[in-house]
Amino acid sequence: MFLKIAIKSLLNRKGSVVMSLLAISVAIFVLLGIEHIRQQARDSFASTVSGVDLIVGAKTGSLNLLLYSVFRVGTPTDNISWKAYQEIAEGKDVAWAIPLSLGDSHSGYRVLGTTPDYFEHFSFGNKRRLAFVEGEAFEGVFDVVLGAEVARTLGYSLGDEITLAHGVVSTNFSLHENSPFTVVGLLSPTGTPVDQTVHVQLQGIEAMHAGSESGFGGATSYDQRQLEAGQLEPKSITAFMLGLKSRMVTFRLQREINDYSAEPLLAILPGVALSELWQMVGVFESVLRLISMLVLVAAVLGLGAVLLASVRERNHEIHLLRVLGAPSYYLFLLMELEALLICLAGIVLGTACLYLCLVMLGDSLFATFGLHLDAGVFTPDGLVILLFVLAAALTAAAIPSMRVYSQAKSYNVQ
Amino acid sequence: MMIELSGVSVTQPSAPDLSILEIENWSVAYRQTVFVHGPSGSGKSTLLNLVSGLLECRKGGVSVLGERLDHMSRRRRDRFRANHIGYVFQRFNLVHYLNAIENIELARSFSERGDRRTGADSIRPLLESLNVASREWHKPISQLSMGQQQRVAIARALVNRPELLVADEPTSSLDQDNRDTFLSVLMSIIEEHKMTLLFVSHDMGLAQHFTQVQALSGINRVA
Ligand SMILES: Nc1ncnc2c1ncn2[C@@H]1O[C@H](COP(=O)(O)OP(=O)(O)OP(=O)(O)O)[C@@H](O)[C@H]1O
Ligand SMILES: [Mg+2]
Repeated sequence: MFLKIAIKSLLNRKGSVVMSLLAISVAIFVLLGIEHIRQQARDSFASTVSGVDLIVGAKTGSLNLLLYSVFRVGTPTDNISWKAYQEIAEGKDVAWAIPLSLGDSHSGYRVLGTTPDYFEHFSFGNKRRLAFVEGEAFEGVFDVVLGAEVARTLGYSLGDEITLAHGVVSTNFSLHENSPFTVVGLLSPTGTPVDQTVHVQLQGIEAMHAGSESGFGGATSYDQRQLEAGQLEPKSITAFMLGLKSRMVTFRLQREINDYSAEPLLAILPGVALSELWQMVGVFESVLRLISMLVLVAAVLGLGAVLLASVRERNHEIHLLRVLGAPSYYLFLLMELEALLICLAGIVLGTACLYLCLVMLGDSLFATFGLHLDAGVFTPDGLVILLFVLAAALTAAAIPSMRVYSQAKSYNVQ
Repeated sequence: MMIELSGVSVTQPSAPDLSILEIENWSVAYRQTVFVHGPSGSGKSTLLNLVSGLLECRKGGVSVLGERLDHMSRRRRDRFRANHIGYVFQRFNLVHYLNAIENIELARSFSERGDRRTGADSIRPLLESLNVASREWHKPISQLSMGQQQRVAIARALVNRPELLVADEPTSSLDQDNRDTFLSVLMSIIEEHKMTLLFVSHDMGLAQHFTQVQALSGINRVA
């Protein structure tokens, strides 16, 4: 009966109830939506690289090293010698090493010179390996493997011939017209900077530089025999990634590399550097949270106002319920129950809308921002938020409820 | 005695030195139908609120069915009212967003005796005996006529089989015809259920229907 009165009373005041219900829904939508995107952005950020124990580059800031080696942002200050790479890569604790050579670009996308090991060992997300949609890893010097976004936006497919330039800006100035590369593999989307990367062999990078340095004649002067003999061995690379046989030695090896005497090197743990970087983004995160909180406060205050306005028009009802023998707290609880019902309906509506939006927009968000949103709205954090919303609504409703309570209690002669 | 008042004094809540009611001694026997009359503002509603336990009796003694209301906690008075006293007013007797049946069920839900003996089935014969046609039972209260509303209000007041029915000018918003049917239906039901009726009004024309007529000025020293 209690519930029935509350529901019927709400239905009787449809107009104002629907308004405050919508306000609550919007607040829930914003609150959960922002929390969801924040969570997923953080996750996909933290999962840009996984399974890599150390990243080594020339001595610079650790954020800088992370930015250019993983996010392909910014330019390396210095290179490291091939000799240093080989020496460390052959260390007894090292399971695998992937050299990275950056600095070139193709139509605005970074070109990464590396080895076929890259496709075998580099992983992202929850230890997911890179996968090929079509083709396979490069073998020849002029083979290219494209990230998903590069292939999609530039419209390349297997077997296409492309030219690669030295330097980041795509101008005619230093095009290596003489070094035609062939697409041999297309990677599946990862939601990481890999999607925006053009992958070639280290030797490919050397070949195109050699071509441009020797002026005309260029790359065509390398014949297959030379290439296979490894004569295009690079003199230097930008950075390299290390996988270790045992995680126990990570810190020791990091220290050894940082103390490397022949040249100044820096080794970082990707996880640590990633969370440092995320903390810098964290301010933005807090602002978003604050905004969604304020939206909630506004909606909850609106709910309180609607209930408070109803107290006056419900004078007779309050009196009648008292006459029927309802204790004063019954009226308090009735008011709170109405707030609870509005709030629950708002939660259902808001979450349902959010869910639908995520389902419908999920693919386009992923395509545009590389932001992968799954539609799982009901995370433990989301639940905490919903409980918080309920508590906030009940608190706001306490004011009209107290008003009704004291009116019921201090019964006056009619 | 059904009702006994002794040395009762009720003052205005805002001005404690201004009395509304001062009743030395007054009682109502079982199965009486009492008509209390007095001009507007003389304290008739106040008297009923006191007897039904809505108003706390700060000075003097009020007992109903032999139980001292002034010794009870607020919560116990509420429960006592739900169980033993039916109340009908001039207007606003029903929750307007519920229909007739729901209003009666609502009244039942607060009573501990409820009508557990007879269950929800007792509502229908009650409404029928009050001349409320079955097609009106599920209509919103706002679509019922004033006379129908007042008869539903009696059904609501009677559903818990109270020993005492208290009525505060229940006929003053009715026209002559409706007033007469209302009173005759009310009287026969009071008779049938062997109840006591305390009825206040300023309309002396109704006095003939009652076994006991009392001017409020006769018992209230303030007036
Ligand atoms: N809440 C209140 N605060 C102050 N005075 C009040 C209050 N309620 C009633 N009174 C006073 O108590 C007196 C009696 O009021 P009551 O409602 O009992 O009169 P009544 O006989 O029922 O009048 P009516 O026939 O108009 O219904 C009035 O003079 C009124 O001014
Ligand atoms: Mg009155």
